[in-house]
Amino acid sequence: MTRYFTDEHEWIEVEGTTATVGITDYAQSQLGDIVFAEVPAVGAQLFKGGDAAVVESVKAASDVYAPVSGSVTEANDALADDPALVNSDPEGAGWFFKLELSDPSELDGLMDAAAYKAFVDSL
Amino acid sequence: MRYLPLTDSDRQAMLATIGAASVDDLFIDVPEEARLNGPIAGLPMHASEMAVERHFSALARKNMAAAHHPFFLGAGAYKHHVPASVDHLIQRGEFLTAYTPYQPEIAQGTLQMLFEFQTQVARLFGCDVANASMYDGSTACWEAIGMAGRVTKRKKAILSSGLHPHYVSVAQTMARFTGDTLDLAALDMAQSDTARLLASIDSETSCVVVQYPDILGRIEDLGPIAAKAHEHGALLITVVTEPVALGAIKAPGEMGADIVVGEGQSLGVGLQFGGPYVGLFACKEKFVRQMPGRLCGETVDAEGKRGFVLTLSTREQHIRREKATSNICTNSGLCALAFSIHMSLLGEHGLRELAALNHARAVQAADRLTSIPGVSLVNDSFFNEFTLKLPANARDVVHRLAAKKVLGGVSLGRLYPGQATLENGLLVAVTEVVSDEDIETLAVALQETLVEGVGA
Amino acid sequence: MSTVNASGWRPEMGETDVMTAATFTGNRALMLEEALIFEIGDSHTTGVDFDPAPRVQSRLGGLERQRDIGLPGLSEPEAVRHYTRLSRQNYAIDLGLFPLGSCTMKHNPRLNEKVARMKGFLDAHPMQPQETVQGALAVIHELAEWLIRLTGMHGVAMSPKAGAHGELCGILAIKAALDARGEDRPVILVPESAHGTNPATAAFAGFRVENIPATPEGRVDVAALKTRLGPDVAGVMITNPNTCGLFERDLKVISDAVHAAGGYVYCDGANFNAIVGRVRPGDLGVDAMHINLHKTFSTPHGGGGPGSGPVVLSEALSPYGPIPFVAKMPDGSFKLVEEESAGEMHPETFGRMTAFHGQMGMFTRALAYILSHGADGLKQVAEDAVLNANYVLRSLEGTLEAPFAASGPCMHEALFTDDNLAEGFSTLDIAKGLIDEGYHPMTVYFPLVVHGAMLVEPTETESKAALDQFIGALRSVANRAKQGDPALKSAPHFAPRRRLDETLAARKPVLVWKEAELPIAAE
Repeated sequence: MTRYFTDEHEWIEVEGTTATVGITDYAQSQLGDIVFAEVPAVGAQLFKGGDAAVVESVKAASDVYAPVSGSVTEANDALADDPALVNSDPEGAGWFFKLELSDPSELDGLMDAAAYKAFVDSL
Repeated sequence: MRYLPLTDSDRQAMLATIGAASVDDLFIDVPEEARLNGPIAGLPMHASEMAVERHFSALARKNMAAAHHPFFLGAGAYKHHVPASVDHLIQRGEFLTAYTPYQPEIAQGTLQMLFEFQTQVARLFGCDVANASMYDGSTACWEAIGMAGRVTKRKKAILSSGLHPHYVSVAQTMARFTGDTLDLAALDMAQSDTARLLASIDSETSCVVVQYPDILGRIEDLGPIAAKAHEHGALLITVVTEPVALGAIKAPGEMGADIVVGEGQSLGVGLQFGGPYVGLFACKEKFVRQMPGRLCGETVDAEGKRGFVLTLSTREQHIRREKATSNICTNSGLCALAFSIHMSLLGEHGLRELAALNHARAVQAADRLTSIPGVSLVNDSFFNEFTLKLPANARDVVHRLAAKKVLGGVSLGRLYPGQATLENGLLVAVTEVVSDEDIETLAVALQETLVEGVGA
Repeated sequence: MSTVNASGWRPEMGETDVMTAATFTGNRALMLEEALIFEIGDSHTTGVDFDPAPRVQSRLGGLERQRDIGLPGLSEPEAVRHYTRLSRQNYAIDLGLFPLGSCTMKHNPRLNEKVARMKGFLDAHPMQPQETVQGALAVIHELAEWLIRLTGMHGVAMSPKAGAHGELCGILAIKAALDARGEDRPVILVPESAHGTNPATAAFAGFRVENIPATPEGRVDVAALKTRLGPDVAGVMITNPNTCGLFERDLKVISDAVHAAGGYVYCDGANFNAIVGRVRPGDLGVDAMHINLHKTFSTPHGGGGPGSGPVVLSEALSPYGPIPFVAKMPDGSFKLVEEESAGEMHPETFGRMTAFHGQMGMFTRALAYILSHGADGLKQVAEDAVLNANYVLRSLEGTLEAPFAASGPCMHEALFTDDNLAEGFSTLDIAKGLIDEGYHPMTVYFPLVVHGAMLVEPTETESKAALDQFIGALRSVANRAKQGDPALKSAPHFAPRRRLDETLAARKPVLVWKEAELPIAAE
């Protein structure tokens, strides 16, 4: 299992050709109290860098982008009832969706944990 | 000048604080060629309150006011009696001169009123939730079509031919720019559009839009249309232009409507020659995040006291910008307040009484008017508005009646210019303000007019 | 001998702190709590009496309502008290200075209310035969003439229902004009300081929105804009005066460049109040501009509408404006040009935007305001509005950071930021502190181009004394924020409600009242 990060503050954890996607702890801290998360439908085709999900605080709505291309295999329905999971456990129970990768080579350009930390520290 | 408190010495003192020699110095960023040196030429100078009032009085006298004549116009705007306390209350400065409640700690009056309004509208329409109001019924109708497109991700809307022609026109204007397809048909006095609607619904359909009662006043069960729409994953949008009707007939939500929109002018808001009115917008709870417009929600304050705020505002333009559900900014706050006060005064009991009285008066008028030779009733069913078929062009008749100081209805020729099959149709609305005497006056004037012959 | 103090209290007795003590009712003297109508009314009570309905055979098509609606009724005294109590929980212009930037909260003259309620206007039906409503049509026409003359434009569309609706009207006119030219130009340019409705409107009409940056002095970056112009650009949407409170001094240059590139200029007229009677947008090359009658022309905001947003149009765009409109005929009568006559009198129209003819009730009010001021008074309106704003701007120098103070005089509003406050203090705290001082806060966090924006628009209907008191209050609150006064973090303390939990409201939306579930008796 390997975890990658994007400069749009998504994380993606890959196991074989499937992956789980969420937003980082830094992202949730910037957004503040999350009040709503819209996750993609199972079966949706996502493209690297394209809109995948939406996350909303009281005063802001942000798009969550697909770190890589693929088709959605599962969405985290728990976020509908408890969007606060994104605040309390962003990189665990607050995941957004899982997908089947269509092109694993797209992972190559992403950051690892150390690189992402350095990226956040530079902001 | 009575509305400007600064004195010349104030102005001088303030310019000194600012460090400007004259007020012209404050406009130095205006390019030379666009600066005006004095008042715009050819326009009148300021006027006293008395002079302005006199000017308007003279113009107002040139209009025939509904209250002063036998009056039978409807077609999406209705004359009802508004209790005196409604207008008194909406003129309280704290309502009249408040802004949108963006600072909830000092806007609980407006917010609580909106919460009550939303609940009243949702209940009246038989829906789960309602918003804090839209501009008017016609724009609410288009917003509902747009919302159905977002929910179903489809672009084809089927509009009943019984939908108010102005509402159809508004949708046509918008659809031309958004690329939505509108499936339309010509209005037929002989039969309703239900069979075509049922036959047209398919898997491309985002929504079916049905007015209830329809433009001719006809009332039909929405259940079969809702069922067919839902079978194909489409939504049923119901448009109510006369909310008083729902004191007598089933709510659209009860029959399966997914979105119910309407014109709320009938309650609390005067005719005002067409505006401002108040758009009503309600829907099933599961669609709430796709709703346009402001929403008021309940919460608590730092001390745990119940309070209200505008909520789910991430749908709106000031946050979502080009991704907003609508570009709508304002609601129709003061008209919503008037609606809500009138509805609170009526209550369930009063609304039902009002509706019963409207229907009874309309039945009496229909019976009396169809006793005139050559005049027949188009409707099998109606609430407080029905369509007569005259033995003459109804537009001409309306003008002749107006010359006799009777405001006798809205001709279908005015609403549907150029449609020959409709030109003898006259839409007649009869509310609680119509007296026995008014009905008799209209009947006599109409009979005289028909005997005299029109268009000769 | 002085009279006896009947209360029995003397200064040497001191005071007991009762601020935190609860009262039986929850009320605090004139600060009165009020329950919901659903809690105080019931479905049998009514505040309206009717004559009994004559008995007739129902013709409701078998759809008689069976279910209860669930609408509570109130007797008239209960209703009057309910809404009066609610009203007292609102701030309003009638109560005090309302410095909400870009919203123009000026005094609403009561003459406006009086004329709008004259029977001939209030009680006229929109579909009455036109010969019976010549006075109403005359009002629309007279106001239209004023708006055209005040803006130096060619035509005006009166039917838009509010500012955002007017924006849509202008953008649709641009789109229709491009269609008529057979050109597909998919892009609208919008400065990043624009109000959110601008991009929302352009997107709603099917355009793609691209942002144009601002210069460090707070104006549109003309060079960047010129570079972006091309055959794919339909036009620009520019607010003037802009949302930083500055006059876009290069607007004419921009207009000329946009026109040369085949595009159109939409001007957001939300801030027309600053220049009415002094500058005509038509002289700056504008093609379309909406006018918020509820801002510049004093029609009441009503707690969030109704508004009214007529749109003035250039000669190039006028042919595409919406129906209906009022035309003056050679015989002096007025004619409403609707669908029927549009083919002959206005064949290029993009169509209808709303049922009926627009916000008549706002037209009467706005015209009453305009006639009261006249050409000379309206000029004075702009001058006093700009003078008041500059007075606020300069009086707070050294207290609050004004990012564009060096960019020249402001127009009708002064922009400040929350730089240099104590750690952890922000614009929100200043806003809430002003509430305790008895003011509605200024516009906060808008425009987005500066940090923690505070946009103050005093308007011309404030006296110098009122401004001085407001300046004193703002200075005091700002100093508390700079010193880190913890009490400010929990302000407001004296409003009907403390800070409200907006997160809770958004996470679990409660949008309608529901009967509380009855507690189940313990076994």
